[in-house]
Amino acid sequence: MNGIPLLPQSASTFAPPTDALYFTLVAVSGVIAFLVFALIVIFSVRYRRGSPAPRGALPPFIQHEFEIGWTIATLFAFLMFFWWAGANQIYQLLPPSNAMEIHVVAKQWMWKIQHSNGVREINVLHAPVDEPIRLDMTSQDVIHSFAVPAFRIKQDILPGRYVESWFRATKSGSFRLYCTQFCGTAHSSMVGSVVIMSKPDFAAWLAGQRAAGDLAGQGRTLFASLGCAGCHTPGGPIHAPDLAGLFGRKVPLADGTFRLVDDAYIRDCILHPHSNPPAGFDPIMPSFKGEVDDGQILALTAYIRSLAPRTGAR
Amino acid sequence: MTDAAAPIDHAEPRSRSVIAGSYLDSEGGGLSEWLLTTDHKRIALLYAVMITAFFFIGGAAATLMRLELVSPAGHFLTDDEYNRVFTLHGIIMVWFFLVPLIPATFGNFFLPLMIGAPDVAFPKLNLMSWYLTLIGGLCVLAALLMGGVDTGWTFYPPYSTAFSNSNVALAVLGVIIAGFGTIATGVNFVATTHTLRAPGMTWFRLPLFVWTVYATSLVMILATPVLAITLMLVAADRLFGLPVFDGFRGGDPLLFQHLFWFYSHPAVYIMILPAMGVVTEIITCFARRRVFGYAMMVYAVLAIAIIGFAVWGHHMFVSGQSVFANLVFSFLSFIVAVPSAIKVFNWTATLYRGQITFEAPMLYALGFVGLFTIGGLTGLFLASVPIDIQVTGTYFVVAHFHYVMVGGAVSAYFAGLHFWWPKITGRLYSEAWARFAAVLMFFGFNFTFFPQFILGYLGMPRRYHTYPAEFQPWNVMSSTGAVVLAAAYALPLFYLVWSCFYGKISPADPWHAKGLEWRTSSPPPKRNFLRTPVVTEEPYDYHDPGAAPQAEARPVDAARLAAVAPRPIGGAHG
Repeated sequence: MNGIPLLPQSASTFAPPTDALYFTLVAVSGVIAFLVFALIVIFSVRYRRGSPAPRGALPPFIQHEFEIGWTIATLFAFLMFFWWAGANQIYQLLPPSNAMEIHVVAKQWMWKIQHSNGVREINVLHAPVDEPIRLDMTSQDVIHSFAVPAFRIKQDILPGRYVESWFRATKSGSFRLYCTQFCGTAHSSMVGSVVIMSKPDFAAWLAGQRAAGDLAGQGRTLFASLGCAGCHTPGGPIHAPDLAGLFGRKVPLADGTFRLVDDAYIRDCILHPHSNPPAGFDPIMPSFKGEVDDGQILALTAYIRSLAPRTGAR
Repeated sequence: MTDAAAPIDHAEPRSRSVIAGSYLDSEGGGLSEWLLTTDHKRIALLYAVMITAFFFIGGAAATLMRLELVSPAGHFLTDDEYNRVFTLHGIIMVWFFLVPLIPATFGNFFLPLMIGAPDVAFPKLNLMSWYLTLIGGLCVLAALLMGGVDTGWTFYPPYSTAFSNSNVALAVLGVIIAGFGTIATGVNFVATTHTLRAPGMTWFRLPLFVWTVYATSLVMILATPVLAITLMLVAADRLFGLPVFDGFRGGDPLLFQHLFWFYSHPAVYIMILPAMGVVTEIITCFARRRVFGYAMMVYAVLAIAIIGFAVWGHHMFVSGQSVFANLVFSFLSFIVAVPSAIKVFNWTATLYRGQITFEAPMLYALGFVGLFTIGGLTGLFLASVPIDIQVTGTYFVVAHFHYVMVGGAVSAYFAGLHFWWPKITGRLYSEAWARFAAVLMFFGFNFTFFPQFILGYLGMPRRYHTYPAEFQPWNVMSSTGAVVLAAAYALPLFYLVWSCFYGKISPADPWHAKGLEWRTSSPPPKRNFLRTPVVTEEPYDYHDPGAAPQAEARPVDAARLAAVAPRPIGGAHG
């Protein structure tokens, strides 16, 4: 980087709209600040004590009309910015349904990345350019925050909960990744990089990693080894939900509400099966809390999702 | 002194000792007379001494941080030391300096004087507030001496509850105790304003400083209990394992953030509202004008205090809260900026057609308007969700809240300190040094904190003591500015202490100001007024409503010229 930097790199589809809003706010703030400062200086000079400037009483209309005028003007200017910023946010809200997913587990003080084919990496996240990437994130200990300034994204990662963020990179290169939620001793060392590659390069990179087995495949193995298949098999001796085609559907719960079957719900069912079981099933499943770790839950979730038809994911 | 408004109770003191008969003298000067006093003016000075000590402790921590950040690798402190230093800086500066800064000093000293009362409504409770704040501060200092706290001033769980190996419980206890002191102060001020106004002092004749202290007191009473319960739950988790905020045991770490910011955002208004009041008193006095739009200023103060309770979620845009909640909080955060903008416009308009002079209090007050304007405008950036996502948790936020809380509230504190110094001590200070310090503070402040806006949008995270090398130029600039700023903050300590002993004797009303606090001697007698004043005029009655202010000779000019130094100093005196 040459000279003293003024702006972060612009490397995702979020960067241009965010920067446009930023520059507009800088310009408008600059104009308002300049106006206030200029008026203060002009009044200070013109109306310094004993200056010859004329000083009649204020015309009566100035008080109310001026005040109402600038209050309304300020209000409308602010509402316009709210509308712009809010519309921008809604646009960024939902990851595209065809987004490629990458799993992130944060811990003191390390980023653990897992690709859906099982490739793992630490503190480096490889991803292809021009492809929407959805990040499924959770933390093993305290709150962390996944921030990539060049992409204009940031998301706190909570322990015991799934959060997501997404981006579509627009250029190749290596971009800094920071933890921006204070997480203890080595907080300032909890940094990494996001390496964006062209699609062929990424495919080659991914293939070159020692294949650790497909994540869903690992999940299938776990599904058997943890005994899940003993109950969750159609026609078995125990009345348990059939998981095929379940992911992405809304299911009725015992308390009369409905819940979308997503990563968070599957995690809840594995760890806290009694808290709100699906309607029509007795709460007999044991909790697997302490039996499975976050990585294994990710694998199980990937397996259950692989049982779902793609079109059901909406 | 031709104003026939309020009766002048006391002839200007001409005795050799300026303090004879004043509150500084009448109770005696022994330690126990000070530590057991119930005089609101003495309690104000106790607060002033205490917060000055905390200011320099917190400032020392800031100095260490800026020193560490000169180099990207951070040579002076370890990870843990740096974390403890910024935590100390935050806890001390927020709860033991900024929150009591103006309400507990000028509020205590001038609220009764300005409404024509002999004291606050509950003088003993007032002293207890000071002791609670002191005990709280000592708990935090004890936590520091026992090895420090490393959670940041925000105490976010689960780090603060389950992971930090530091004296979190003791520090939290200190903040809770001091919080009760704040609540008691708020109750006292509300009761005082309601019950002790002099005859004729109607609500819409109150000086705006009284309105801001009143609104601040309401915020203190309503917000601080939420902080107390929240921090008690943190302590309960650490001490007894109560998992209210533990996501793995049925709790919710976001619940803490909601509760914490439900207090901590209004806390910003506890800091800035009284600052706005101070500045209004000063700008009107030195422009010799009635404040522009008095009623609108009152409504703006109340609107800020009320809407300020509904914007806390803008601290949590990336926390994992619902995006729809983000939109609501973004909207409300834009709305709360409107009354602040009104105030800036009205201060500027008050200068129009004035007779303006530029003594030190006015320079500080104009500096406040400039810095607060920048602080307020950058608040709009943070209310915009996409920009907040980029800059939250970075130096942009650090710069923003320092502009509001330090550039704003601390500048206003110094403005008030210089404005009321003759009233508090009965002496004048060196005008030349004071003006120099005011200008130095403005430049030092911008020099220190403006680069941090740029660092923040570049993405430099806060609470990092090592950072990538490309951020170094801005950090070096900021640290250099901090040297200038430190000098500007240290200067008043010298010339004001000097003034206590050698300053020229001040007249009762050196600035020819309006307001009841100037209608008694300097320093005031123990019960403030020898006869209860009767108010017959509107606030800020610097000129007849239909006329223009006149350039008039003021007592301070005469005092400075008349009181010839006992021995020739040589050269022109300032």
